[in-house]
Amino acid sequence: MSASTATTTSARLAAAAGGAPGRARAATGTDAAFAVEFARLGRTFAATAPASARPVLRDVSLTVHPGEVLAILGTSGCGKSTLLRIAGGLDSPSAGSVQIDDSPVTEFDTRCAVGFQEPRLLPWRTVAANVALGLPRGTTRHAGRACVAELLELVGLTAFAGHRPAAISGGMAQRASLARALARNPGVLLLDEPFGALDALTRLKMQDLLLDVHAAAPTTVLLVTHDVDEALQLADRIILLGQEQVAPDAAAPGATIVQELTVPGNRPRDRGSAELAELRGRLLAGLGIDRHGDARGVASSTGIPHFPY
Amino acid sequence: MTETLAPSTAPAVRRPLTSRRGVRILGGLLLPVLILIAWQLSSVLGLVSVSQLPSPAMVWIATVDLFDRGELTLYVAISTQRVLIGFVAGAVLGLIAGALVGLSRAADVLFAPTLGAIRAVPSLAWVPLLIIWLKYGEESKIVLVAIGAFFPVYTTVALALRHVDRHLVEAGRAFGLRGVKLFTAVQLPAVVPSVISGLRLALAQAWLFLVAAELLGASMGLGYLLSISGTNGRIDRILVAIILLALLGKLTDAILGVFEKYAITKWA
Ligand SMILES: Nc1ncnc2c1ncn2[C@@H]1O[C@H](COP(=O)(O)OP(=O)(O)O)[C@@H](O)[C@H]1O
Ligand SMILES: [Mg+2]
Repeated sequence: MSASTATTTSARLAAAAGGAPGRARAATGTDAAFAVEFARLGRTFAATAPASARPVLRDVSLTVHPGEVLAILGTSGCGKSTLLRIAGGLDSPSAGSVQIDDSPVTEFDTRCAVGFQEPRLLPWRTVAANVALGLPRGTTRHAGRACVAELLELVGLTAFAGHRPAAISGGMAQRASLARALARNPGVLLLDEPFGALDALTRLKMQDLLLDVHAAAPTTVLLVTHDVDEALQLADRIILLGQEQVAPDAAAPGATIVQELTVPGNRPRDRGSAELAELRGRLLAGLGIDRHGDARGVASSTGIPHFPY
Repeated sequence: MTETLAPSTAPAVRRPLTSRRGVRILGGLLLPVLILIAWQLSSVLGLVSVSQLPSPAMVWIATVDLFDRGELTLYVAISTQRVLIGFVAGAVLGLIAGALVGLSRAADVLFAPTLGAIRAVPSLAWVPLLIIWLKYGEESKIVLVAIGAFFPVYTTVALALRHVDRHLVEAGRAFGLRGVKLFTAVQLPAVVPSVISGLRLALAQAWLFLVAAELLGASMGLGYLLSISGTNGRIDRILVAIILLALLGKLTDAILGVFEKYAITKWA
């Protein structure tokens, strides 16, 4: 039963994404996709009382091409969100620079739309009104309403359009948040673990949805994720943030790009291809995981006694 | 034994007894009625002399007498007018000052300490000064009431604005909201519930300051009635004034309460 539901739903999503949204959304926002260029970017957070100043990012240099989907992978706390926030002008670098479309990023840059790691919906607005917050300035009321209705349909929240955020589940809130970012139809779409709170099946559906929307209106996407498979499925290119080993037992403080790889093949990709499996192993190794799934460095005998006790 | 519900009969949600409207009103009236009975009994049985505590009937007669002279209506009207004008003025100024101090770090640094110090001045300390500056006219009472209404609103608004979820404000800014638009879309709705509880506090404080103002320098109003009856030893009239103050305070608060309910379903 679940399989057939999934197929019909994805068919409907594909149809909807191929048809209506491209048309309606072309009316507003930018249709351009912008390049994003990080040049020797670094970010150090000021010292709080007990701890000294802490470098989080250092020496990140990267050019994201217009219309490209770039996945940013890294362990939790390594600075993925920080990099994304700097790209959107929500935070500023302490070294280096970021440029969008060859001009420096401004504070809360209007060329970007952000899908935050947390849903961040306004609790006193309905789901539909929250999505409408993302509409670009100057959208007419009529076009805005049509666009919101379409996006809600795409993320499967039509039935919940009139609900308050407190009355929907965490996964639904995250989908509403994604719809709000998509409503902006931005030149650069910044998504911070947009599928993190979704159940496995919905996550796959939303990944396909993102690809459909991107195919209909190609924009530059920076996608933060900690899920290697998601990165391989969605991205043109993947960067892995991490601490660089400068000596056998010493890492430079602050994360930088330790691996960069271009994902072969056109989307949508076969989720089970052997080529991707190979890349998957490499990325997992970069994240400090052996491909058979054991964490590296953890002793294999963990003190559990063997059978004849 | 199996029992099937017909599809049309939705399961009735049983509301607890204490949340029914009629029960709440009756329950709230129970204690006043008991007090009235105890009061009446103590006068009938002669437990306290009527010169110390007049009977309910005597208080009622005093009320009718004051009404017939036209004083009752006049005093209630003038006191209510002073409270309303002073409350509105104080609350509006409190909203503005609270918004400034809550939203701007610079305003916080510049104004918060001074306002805090003024707030610490007991209400009665203003009275002599206001009487000298503004004479016995309406202004002196209204200003004192406004001072009383200002601080609860100012404090709750400033505090609430400082604690608006920063994530939400950032999200608003990331979606292009700035200045007044950001304020009306994110910060204001976020603080509406605390603003309203600040307003209710302010209204209670307004009545408090009104009586202080009228006790010390007025020729009309419920506070004046209290003060003149105290001098003349008219305990029955003092009780009339106290009961009227209780009723008026409760009534105005109930009006704000209705507004609060509406605002909370709309924003919270
Ligand atoms: N505003 C801030 N002030 C101080 N430290 C911060 C701030 N924002 C993030 N950090 C620190 O930077 C590091 C990276 O955070 P983040 O970018 O959120 O990681 P990720 O998204 O990869 O999990 C964390 O250790 C966090 O404590
Ligand atoms: Mg993060």
